[in-house]
Amino acid sequence: MTLFWVLLVAVIVGAGVVAVRRRRRPRLATPLVRQAMPEVLVTEVAPIPTLLESAVASAPASLESRLGASRGIFDRVRSLGSGTLSETDLEVVEEVLLRSDVGLATTTALLDELRTNGAPDGVASAIRAALNASFVADRSVRTAADEGRIAVWLFVGVNGVGKTTTIGKLAARATSAGQHVVLAAGDTFRAAAADQLALWAERSGADIVRAAEGADPGSVIHDALGRAQARGADIVLADTAGRRANSTNLLDELAKIRRVADRLPGQVVETLMVLDATTGQNALSQAKEFLAAAAVTGIVLTKLDGTARGGIVVAIERELQIPVKFVGIGETVDDLIDFDPTAFVDSLLS
Amino acid sequence: MFDALSARLEKVSQSLRSRGRLTEADLDNALGEVRTALLEADVELSVVRAFLDAVRVRVAGEDVATSLTPGQHVIKAVHDQLVEVLGGSALKVTYAAKPPTVILLAGLQGAGKTTTAGKLANWFKSQGRQPYLVGTDLQRPAAVEQLRVLGAQIGVEVYSEPSNPVEVARKGVAEAIRLGRDVVIIDTAGRLSIDAALMAEVRFIAGAVNPHYTFLVIDAVTGQDAVHTARAFHESLELSGIIVTKLDYDARGGAVLSARGVVGRPVVFASTGEKMGDFDLFHPDRMASRILGMGDIMSLIEQAERTMDADVMADSTQRMLAGQFTLDDFMTQMNQVRKMGSLGGLMKLVPGMNKEMRDAASNIDDGHLNRVEAIIRSMTPKERRDPSLIDGSRRSRIAKGCGQTVNDVNTLLKQFDQMKKMMKTMGRGGMPQMPGGGKMAQMAEKLGAARGMELPEGFEALGAGMNAGGAGGLGPRPAGGAGGGQKGKKKKGGRVTPPKTR
Repeated sequence: MTLFWVLLVAVIVGAGVVAVRRRRRPRLATPLVRQAMPEVLVTEVAPIPTLLESAVASAPASLESRLGASRGIFDRVRSLGSGTLSETDLEVVEEVLLRSDVGLATTTALLDELRTNGAPDGVASAIRAALNASFVADRSVRTAADEGRIAVWLFVGVNGVGKTTTIGKLAARATSAGQHVVLAAGDTFRAAAADQLALWAERSGADIVRAAEGADPGSVIHDALGRAQARGADIVLADTAGRRANSTNLLDELAKIRRVADRLPGQVVETLMVLDATTGQNALSQAKEFLAAAAVTGIVLTKLDGTARGGIVVAIERELQIPVKFVGIGETVDDLIDFDPTAFVDSLLS
Repeated sequence: MFDALSARLEKVSQSLRSRGRLTEADLDNALGEVRTALLEADVELSVVRAFLDAVRVRVAGEDVATSLTPGQHVIKAVHDQLVEVLGGSALKVTYAAKPPTVILLAGLQGAGKTTTAGKLANWFKSQGRQPYLVGTDLQRPAAVEQLRVLGAQIGVEVYSEPSNPVEVARKGVAEAIRLGRDVVIIDTAGRLSIDAALMAEVRFIAGAVNPHYTFLVIDAVTGQDAVHTARAFHESLELSGIIVTKLDYDARGGAVLSARGVVGRPVVFASTGEKMGDFDLFHPDRMASRILGMGDIMSLIEQAERTMDADVMADSTQRMLAGQFTLDDFMTQMNQVRKMGSLGGLMKLVPGMNKEMRDAASNIDDGHLNRVEAIIRSMTPKERRDPSLIDGSRRSRIAKGCGQTVNDVNTLLKQFDQMKKMMKTMGRGGMPQMPGGGKMAQMAEKLGAARGMELPEGFEALGAGMNAGGAGGLGPRPAGGAGGGQKGKKKKGGRVTPPKTR
């Protein structure tokens, strides 16, 4: 059988190559002429705003104010009646949940719960109760390691979710609480990732250990543990390179990094998966893979200040029991807050 | 990337394929599956609704009395609609008559703008252009530094200065003109679509440099929010296209459909990996075929052309289909195919493969192929040309030579023999019976079904290639084609579509 597959691909490819070559041959005779392009392709450029508009100050950091934008259809939930549920009510609820990225499977499950339980106090409160029931996991964070060991927080996630920024914010939080923090620049892959973390270290007054690009991330964390021990630091925040969750090699590398970080004197007390609130259903498979590879203990939901609602964490908590622990709502140091399920559910439905 | 969506649609098409007539209930059922598939793939709800409505109209509007079975009819409608929503054919990137061509990249934080800027510059470089990068992301720590590192990697200069983004963009373009560069790529800071101040800023940048192209960079894992983002950016910037990143994730990539559906501008480029070279033009027709599990023959061939020695390949393919196929040829072919990447990955691109077949192929590991090669290399040239020479004592010599058992040698010889026969039949235009089940016939049927549709040009190329190599056609004429006399080899109950004249 093996040979058959190899050959099948070979035949198809070979035949294709022959065909393509045959087709291209006459074309080569004509000289290559570059097509001219109209100078401006985009004719209707939006009007340039005046400076007055751009001077609008951004609102202060609070979840409610940041979540205020574009809530249009979600108002419909509140307008739904109480008592028995009609199919129309359920459709509205379904739409709201789907639009929040809760996902089809979880939405269907929630709707089933609604159907069986009914809505004695109105649809809005019934769905709120069902959602709240999804957030039952323990959300406490562990900051101290066992006696004689150094606590390590390991940050994992796919590319571009805000791992480095989250570490920066948490470092600032910890140092202002009087802790001595060492940052480990474990993202040795992305260009200038360590520089980015170094700037955060400077801002927050934390120590940083970094290595050249392409260095072994495990060794960076190992060195950071050494530094932390030498200086009597309280906690090490370890960055890792963003990685896709469907690559065995990259997940194996992550598992190895975690093992190194967990070796004496280190102890991984939290492995936080950073998740972008705009992420759709893929977040669930990210959580599954990272849970298996690095024993994730919590989620940091970032970029919740945009129009995205991050409803996928409902599915993650229900299916994998990974609690959301922090929420990122902006780019400044203070824009990282503890996750509050009630406020989050309200924002999903408000 | 679109695997899960493909799988579901494959299921729909299989359940419909055996039907003789399409009832209203069947259609509802099928569209229900399509809805689920699209929602699970993160396509935005209103885009899904519009899509289903359009498919319904297509199904109703078209003349059913064609050669298509009802199942094919629905699939064709879904396929056509997918191609339409994904953006027809690929957007041709043209250049400004008066260089430089200015390109502005915008998007949310973490979508991959900076990396994309580097990849795009690399792509233009490979097109023989002289790109220039301008980094206006003065907000994120070390963003400009990241761009500089990328620029150094690909050998493209980067302009930036710590003033303000509009000023940097303006000066960057002026600098490009001074240096005589013909493409300028401007990277901007990530911004939320509801952040009025930053959206105004990016408009100022656009106003200052008047870009020929404004691209929204969007992440393939984005969920329902893709439409808000796309709409907001389109309203402020008048986008000319979309660049989708992270298509190598196992995400289903519905965001591509959503953003495209809302903005009405094509997806121009797709980024599919961590390396600078993992970036290319986005081909909607190929993507639609991929979604429907029809494979992506053009990508396969392009990949082949990049990595393979085309002469060698064409040569041995012709010999193979003519039935004069030696173990040497086989080894050449095998090694050429291996150069292209993992067999499992390649099989995804081959049209008509179902999940089972793909899995079988992806289970073949490199070690296995190494062992096959070792066996062949332990034969004398004469034996390779004519395996029938190989008797008992030669067998044991070969086995010793490659460090494997006589049994392994036997298996290889037996498989080679079967294969040779099969290829000969194929060369004559027939569909061979596969050892251990009629999978080949099944594949033929799939290809046959596909033939009834408007398909990407790759399929024609495939047919033509087969005709060039041998006499008949592999896929396009599964039965009743040039070979004739193969009744009973098609799957039971399957309906064979007569070749459609075009």
